[in-house]
Amino acid sequence: MKIIIPIKQVPETSNVKIDEETGTIVREGVESIVNPLDLYAIEAGIQLKEERGAEITVVSMGPPSAEKALKEAIAMGCDDGILISGKEFAGSDTWATSYTISRAVKKLGKFDLILTGERATDGETGQVGPGIASFLDLPVSTYTSRIVEVTEVSIVVERLIEEGYEMLRMPLPALVSVVKEICFPRLPTLRGKQKAKKTELARWNADNMDIERSALGLNGSPTRVVKIETPKVTRSGEVVRVTDEESLADAVERFLTFLRKKGIL
Amino acid sequence: MSYQGVWTLAEANDGEIKIVSYELLTRGRELADKLRCELASVLICGRIDEKDAEELILRGADRVYLVSSPELEHFVVGSYSNILIDLIERYRPEVILSAATTTGRTLMPHAAVKIKAGLTADCTELDIEEGTGNLLQTRPAIGGNIMATIKTPECRPQMATVRPKSTRPAPRNENRRGRGEIIRIELAPALLDRRVERIGFRKNPGEDINIQGADVVVSGGRGLGKKENFALIRKMAELLHGVVGASRETVDRGWISYPHQVGLSGKTVTPKLYIAVGISGAIQHLAGMKTADIIVAINKDPDAPIFRVADFGIIGDFLEVVPQINQSLAKEGERSEV
Ligand SMILES: Cc1cc2nc3c(=O)[nH]c(=O)nc-3n(C[C@H](O)[C@H](O)[C@H](O)COP(=O)(O)OP(=O)(O)OC[C@H]3O[C@@H](n4cnc5c(N)ncnc54)[C@H](O)[C@@H]3O)c2cc1C
Ligand SMILES: Nc1ncnc2c1ncn2[C@@H]1O[C@H](COP(=O)(O)O)[C@@H](O)[C@H]1O
Repeated sequence: MKIIIPIKQVPETSNVKIDEETGTIVREGVESIVNPLDLYAIEAGIQLKEERGAEITVVSMGPPSAEKALKEAIAMGCDDGILISGKEFAGSDTWATSYTISRAVKKLGKFDLILTGERATDGETGQVGPGIASFLDLPVSTYTSRIVEVTEVSIVVERLIEEGYEMLRMPLPALVSVVKEICFPRLPTLRGKQKAKKTELARWNADNMDIERSALGLNGSPTRVVKIETPKVTRSGEVVRVTDEESLADAVERFLTFLRKKGIL
Repeated sequence: MSYQGVWTLAEANDGEIKIVSYELLTRGRELADKLRCELASVLICGRIDEKDAEELILRGADRVYLVSSPELEHFVVGSYSNILIDLIERYRPEVILSAATTTGRTLMPHAAVKIKAGLTADCTELDIEEGTGNLLQTRPAIGGNIMATIKTPECRPQMATVRPKSTRPAPRNENRRGRGEIIRIELAPALLDRRVERIGFRKNPGEDINIQGADVVVSGGRGLGKKENFALIRKMAELLHGVVGASRETVDRGWISYPHQVGLSGKTVTPKLYIAVGISGAIQHLAGMKTADIIVAINKDPDAPIFRVADFGIIGDFLEVVPQINQSLAKEGERSEV
């Protein structure tokens, strides 16, 4: 089967800078990693490949440095990678991103399954997966926690919803976005890394894709970031220390008083 | 025709409207008042009694667009999205709010793409910009490191999902009886996406996993030392009428199941009260609970970062502290029952 996995390169969460003027994330000079939640999509794809044979293409839209993310996915076991990069894509919101990736999928031709992460840890929207499915009119399962069965023509999955787990059957091709529960991502092997080094990535942009320019990047994005603030993290709370019986009784009493004051009890 | 009116998407399960639908009405009412326009709720569901749908009116909706059919019993995004788009094209609302639940976060992007609407995820604050009347949507991003305010200057409708529990449910107002209108919309079969079939459902073995819908979340971390000690956390959660949360460390160790995980790669919760027991407060954990109303930390390390975000902290061994708290809470409970 043919599997496509869109992955995003994101800054390490503990290390983030914002461009005050445009309100977008500064990617230069910050350590970048594969979106941690995309590793689960990659692993789920590789497991399908091991079970029943598959060819996996990873696709990333981002700056040239996103090449590293694609190579890492290949080192884990994916087969080839496509980097969608160019000024025309800068400032894309989830609408423009979903559009661009859906056009890349079109260009790739026949496929059976698209796997995405639940959300990217920078933008944290989780909108791109369902967005791609909508552009391509694919059946979709979000918050997928288990792939139960795959045949030539269909897939059965379990998705984690508020009330429990629901099982869905859908025809292929389909889009499945996954949560962490689905698997445990492997580390790249040395052999994988060597293979990744040798793998030539395809480079796509608006010139070699069948794509509407006016729908790309900031221009094609319905939303605008108008303000960025760094919220105050610290709260000045009351802290009590327990060292012996007496301070324990005191701490518990003060805790209950606190809860009463806050209207919890 | 221009776009007018504020919509909230209500959710129902098994014929019962979910509380988050009323939280959205609180948000919607504020915006509709500022825009001086009508507030409507859209309810797409399997079945609902007229008097239950009326609850949306008592809690603030001027209209309810009701699309119910046994074929809509389970959420299938293709069908719901087609129905929503059909309603949007007919009635043209200016603002659409949905809850940031698994349903809302799937339905909204699916629909927004098709009609080229701007969509902002998981908002915690909403307002109207003076002068332009644009919706200002504020949300935490990058693990709660920043708050971004977003607007959609040109495209309509303006769509946003709203973090559950980030506001109170709108109260029922009996005076509103008969002051709103329920408009039943016949389901056009062509709108159904019959490709996706729900073939099974199971509850999480044992306990409530809807940690995003709870007022109180009591979470345990690696400091608990072993799986069995989650019993103390469960007890405290039960005494406070809350649910159990967990750090990733405990989930990865198999002490508790993934649906309980709070944080960057788990769920984001905004309860009234969040209690972290034996959790250090790594940035990825904070990302999932920083917006709770009240944060309590119980940890034996006075330098644990969790204390920096706590409104009340107890430095001590949870094995001593938690049983004592549980005992006092139990007494408190008995007293209130008399
Ligand atoms: C990409 C990524 C995503 C992640 N996503 C998440 C996520 O979604 N959720 C999450 O939680 N983490 C997440 N993490 C992991 C996170 O970085 C931390 O490793 C994790 O939160 C630590 O869990 P903990 O606080 O339970 O354990 P620890 O950091 O080990 O803390 C244990 C605490 O217990 C205290 N303690 C020990 N014994 C006692 C005692 N007897 N009484 C009282 N206190 C005691 C210790 O002082 C310590 O502070 C993620 C990490 C990455 C890289
Ligand atoms: N720029 C991108 N390039 C490739 N895939 C992406 C990109 N942005 C998002 N995705 C995919 O969409 C998922 C959801 O991302 P988001 O909606 O941004 O939270 C991610 O886990 C990726 O699988």
